[in-house]
Amino acid sequence: VCFIPGGLDCSISFVSHVLGKVCVHGRQEEILSVLLPRLMDLTKSDCIWQRICWRLVECVPDRWMEAVLLGFVQRAPGADVLSRLLGNLVVKNKKAQFVVTQKVLLLQYSHTTAVLQNLLGYLSLDSLRRALLIKVLLELLETWGSSSAVKHSPPEQQQYISKAILICLSHLKEHEIESCREELLTSMMEGVKCHLDSSLPQIRCLGMIVAESISSKINTDGPVLKFQYEEDDEARELKSLLVQTPPFCVVPSLPDDDRNEKADAALPSVLESNKKSCTAAPVMPDDESDAELDSDDDLIPYDMSEDKELKVKAPVYIRDCIEVLAGSEDVDKWETTVKALESLVRKNPAATREVSVELAKILLHLEEKTCIEGFGELRQRAQVAVLTTDPIPVAKYLTSQFYSLNYSLRQRIDILDVLVLAAQELSYPKSHGKTKHSGAQKPCIQLLPGSDSSKDWRRIVDERIKSKTRRFAMGRSQVEVAAVPNEFSSVAGHFFFPLIQHFDRPLTTFDLLGEDHLVLGRLVHSLAILMYLAVNTVAVTAMGKALLEFVWALRFHTDSYVRQGLLSCISSVLLSVPKERLLEDMTEELLETQSWLGDVVEKDPDGDCRRLALQNLLLMENLKKKLKAVPS
Amino acid sequence: MALPPPDPQFVLRGTSAAVHTLHFSCGGQERDVPILFSGSENGFIHVWNLKTHRVDAALDGHGRKSVYCVETMGGKDRLLSQGRDQRICLWDLAEGRTSVTDSVFTENVGFCRCSLLKVAQGRWLMAMAAKALEEVQVLELPSKTSVCTLKPEVGAKLGMPMCLKLWQLNCGSQPLLLAGYEDGSVILWSLSMGKALSQLVCHQEPVMSLDFDSEKAKGISGSSEKVLSIWSLNEQQNLQVYKTHSLVNAGISDIAIRPDKKILATAGWDHRIRIFGWKKLKPLAVLDYHTATVHCVSFSDHKNPSERLLAAGSKDHRISIWSIYTQT
Repeated sequence: VCFIPGGLDCSISFVSHVLGKVCVHGRQEEILSVLLPRLMDLTKSDCIWQRICWRLVECVPDRWMEAVLLGFVQRAPGADVLSRLLGNLVVKNKKAQFVVTQKVLLLQYSHTTAVLQNLLGYLSLDSLRRALLIKVLLELLETWGSSSAVKHSPPEQQQYISKAILICLSHLKEHEIESCREELLTSMMEGVKCHLDSSLPQIRCLGMIVAESISSKINTDGPVLKFQYEEDDEARELKSLLVQTPPFCVVPSLPDDDRNEKADAALPSVLESNKKSCTAAPVMPDDESDAELDSDDDLIPYDMSEDKELKVKAPVYIRDCIEVLAGSEDVDKWETTVKALESLVRKNPAATREVSVELAKILLHLEEKTCIEGFGELRQRAQVAVLTTDPIPVAKYLTSQFYSLNYSLRQRIDILDVLVLAAQELSYPKSHGKTKHSGAQKPCIQLLPGSDSSKDWRRIVDERIKSKTRRFAMGRSQVEVAAVPNEFSSVAGHFFFPLIQHFDRPLTTFDLLGEDHLVLGRLVHSLAILMYLAVNTVAVTAMGKALLEFVWALRFHTDSYVRQGLLSCISSVLLSVPKERLLEDMTEELLETQSWLGDVVEKDPDGDCRRLALQNLLLMENLKKKLKAVPS
Repeated sequence: MALPPPDPQFVLRGTSAAVHTLHFSCGGQERDVPILFSGSENGFIHVWNLKTHRVDAALDGHGRKSVYCVETMGGKDRLLSQGRDQRICLWDLAEGRTSVTDSVFTENVGFCRCSLLKVAQGRWLMAMAAKALEEVQVLELPSKTSVCTLKPEVGAKLGMPMCLKLWQLNCGSQPLLLAGYEDGSVILWSLSMGKALSQLVCHQEPVMSLDFDSEKAKGISGSSEKVLSIWSLNEQQNLQVYKTHSLVNAGISDIAIRPDKKILATAGWDHRIRIFGWKKLKPLAVLDYHTATVHCVSFSDHKNPSERLLAAGSKDHRISIWSIYTQT
């Protein structure tokens, strides 16, 4: 494309048309990979060529503008290059403005971070366009802060929007932030509330990072919002977007690769200045000790072998433990009791059985009196020990307390965890000594309810499904351990049914179907595990039926954590209940569930839900195949 | 084959409250009765007769608030006591009297024991924690005039002064003050200039107690952690850490160096009294008698070396008296 420079008024609208048509037909790659580098070189120093380029893009008809613009944005190596090529297109052309400010940012989310950087950097480089930048930021914040968006949009889209917000923040100057400070603050408050409400840890983390960033921008001198979250790679990447310094100016003579200020502009770490005036540098003791040895030798030391660490004796009897925990003021004794309790309970099963419910009550209400390391874990292990020693009464007590008034969410979730851990312990064959099974991968439930528990269930189910589908061809694997009666079998019902009974009955302080959907999510996951552990027990069929009905009632719940749990429940049912029972007793429920699963696979916004539903459908398929293969 | 540690020579019972402070007065005339003063948590100061091992008198001058410091001012007839009622009382105990002659209202609600130093006949300097958080005030007694107020620099964040020691190199030289603070540092103050000469961070936790040997210019401090810190003063009046000694159990409430500078005793939170040689801090003995934390230790000022005693007061209401290493 050769033009005669020199003031002639050339018409390049034809070229624009061609460009547009080619791009909209999907040939952006071919044409722009040739055109763009040429244009970049030409526009570097030549103003006329810049203007020609601007005209070129401006004349592209509206219906093809999006394709052309996207092509440019994706392929430009930097925001300043984009600025050279497009000029003030977004200000002049309505369609371009719509594409840049609305479509790419709010309606699509498949673009890379580099594209976002280009786009937003481009908006920030000219004073005319900066107004758009602020407008864009406010709109992004509105979306970020809307609770329905947080609940229903996929996590990937939320991450995209968060990245866009952070990049916008990094481009804004002081006075601009001052001007929209109020709006920033209000949106941040609303947004952080919706994000923290979510049950998915990823969403919570995104909310926290964005809120922290906004707060640091608007409160440069005062106290800044600071959350506690795991600093993984994603978090670090997001944070690095905030400190990017924008390239210097739009002078065309700058080289194209000055975008490397991004990660290098890391905030200098503030070193704690040493306030002490004197650092303690030990002076080596004099070596003239020989001369002084005589006078010291006069003093003969006494026997000091008894000088050991001071230890408080732990109680030896269970009833003593109860006394200490229930009312003692002596904190040292209390500490040692807490540490020694689990082993005492396990060593004295008969004594524990006499006082099991009382002990369970005390442990459930036990609060940290002094600062012991791992208090939560110690308490949980003690509770599990009590529960496994005397399952039926203690399970009755715990499940009844789950639905009682005046417990905190933490305590209710503790009850669930303890029940699950105890069930796990009871259902393992004891002859192995430890409760860890050396065979196939067993569920690795974290002792403290971290946010990863949901991932573990998925992993278990995945692996179990994999192993099941393979085993069909290989036949049954060897029995590795000696057969031992399954202790969980007799008590499975006591663990399971009370938990499922009252879920739809709201209390004044506890409403599973309403606000407390976090506990509902944990409950559903726990039920899935209990179901899974109940394999080969007598009650498994009844449990399966009840669980399928429970799932059916809750299948449209809005919280994706709950839905994931429900899908794990179905997996557990399919895996644990023997296939004959599944067919005979639960045919209708299975068919209904299958149609629901198909729905989930197609329409659920959460990727994990879709995956789990797909796995469940596969399981059902395998079941059908197995039944056809086995001669009746 | 090391001998097992000795038993206490005798044990004084009868305070019926935790003992926080002890002070001997045995250096008088031959016929004078050796006395031990003890201050307890119930506000009483007991005057123990060390011949009969009984209480001669019980002084009640602090309104039943805990007494945490007792010192004599030149003999057993004049006593100074400091209590949690924010007062320092001066007592006249001559000829059987038990009256408070004077008192100083300190307005300080801390636990820092005051320190006395005799500078001239009938004149003492007393350093005590003042009303403001980090300040130490020095008064002249008996006139109660303020000599100086020692304020750390702004932003030093030292916390409360925890323990004080006034000393002078020899009679007539400038008095100096060593103060241990809540942040674990020890500061050497010059009273004449009213400013700090040197600061040393000895511990990570508050300095609970310190003692100083002016002849060797070496001092020792104990804290709530497991480390004893020994530091020295060089010619430029700078404090430097000399060495540290690790203990088995954490927490030291009191340290005392014997007047002949041969041994020192520490009172521990682990109910034990430890004896060390002062020259090289060689552990000599661990005296395990008390059943609760030992609050204070004190050496006697007997003129006859073989009669020297060590007293320890504890939370279990007992005062144990030991005769140890008296042959040197």
